[in-house]
Amino acid sequence: MSAGTPPAALAAPAPAQAEWPLWEVFVRPKAGLDHKHCGSLHAADAAMAVQLARDVYTRRQEGVSLWVVRSSDITASDPGDKGMYFDPMADKVYRHPTFYELPVAVDHM
Amino acid sequence: MAAAAATGSIALELTQSLRYVLRLADTALIHAQRLAEWCGHGPVLEEDIALTNLALDLLGQARALLTHAAALHGGGLDEDSLAFLRSEHEFFNLTLVEQPLRKASAHAPGGDFADTVLRNFLLATWFKAVWLGLSTSTDAELRGIAVKAVKEARYHQQHAGDWVVRLGDGTAESSGRLKAALARAWPYTAEMFVCDAVDTAAQLCGLGPARDTLRPPWLNEVTEVFTLALLVVPADTPFISTGTTGRHSEHMGFILAEMQVLQRQFPGGRW
Repeated sequence: MSAGTPPAALAAPAPAQAEWPLWEVFVRPKAGLDHKHCGSLHAADAAMAVQLARDVYTRRQEGVSLWVVRSSDITASDPGDKGMYFDPMADKVYRHPTFYELPVAVDHM
Repeated sequence: MAAAAATGSIALELTQSLRYVLRLADTALIHAQRLAEWCGHGPVLEEDIALTNLALDLLGQARALLTHAAALHGGGLDEDSLAFLRSEHEFFNLTLVEQPLRKASAHAPGGDFADTVLRNFLLATWFKAVWLGLSTSTDAELRGIAVKAVKEARYHQQHAGDWVVRLGDGTAESSGRLKAALARAWPYTAEMFVCDAVDTAAQLCGLGPARDTLRPPWLNEVTEVFTLALLVVPADTPFISTGTTGRHSEHMGFILAEMQVLQRQFPGGRW
């Protein structure tokens, strides 16, 4: 910001948005299961987002509970980091606990 | 209408109870039909789906009530014959629901989103009071329908009420439109609380509430939301519409023509 900027500009209201912000929608299919991401929608605020999520994503009995979160509040891993983040795990089968003899009693673990 | 005669409009033997049930059924049916006109035209995709959901809820309520009305009447009628083969004077919906909603006409200006959310709110609040009253009906079928429908009405009221507040406490443009919509809709609300012989009979035999008993809870909830929406509850008007007695506004014939044309042209057609 240049030194000549009048202070009033700092208090100027944000310009009207052409479109409502984007929200990510999470639906819990039934009690005891996790909320799962199922899509996104546009809504003016959180209250409207929950209502519209109900209408868009649960009208065929898909859920018993809803979460919404502003898409801009989600921090995602960088796709460019995919190589260093995830590829090193490909050859470490020993991290899966498949090398132990299990007692018969816990056979279905 | 020559075609109507050829395809056999039905004539009902009307009892007070049948009239009572048909008033609710037809109000839900015509309201659903008007809301369905928004399908594919909503201001945003999400609200388009929401409005269509509301319309489908109301259509489901109408189907259940018409099926029950057909059973009360007997004589081989069913929900379809009641919806598609009755003539205008045997429909008993509130006049409010037949007014154009999406497209303005010469006699009903407006027809915008503000009219839509306001009408939805006024009617959902009314229906909620109706369903609560019917939850103790002596008619087990009506009780069952009411218990299911009151949940739908609660959501309709919340969704539409939120919009009323958003528009009323929004911009100069949105609040101006909402006020204009209120001025158009309000005169038709008087009919929601008329108490006539049909209401008195229903109240006496425990079938359901008389309309005048619905006014206090309705006005309470409407006033609550209007306060948040910076709206003033308008004064009562001397005008009382008469759709519930079968005398309709000029718009009713057109909406019935659109609704009924297929069954009139291809009697008994199924798909």
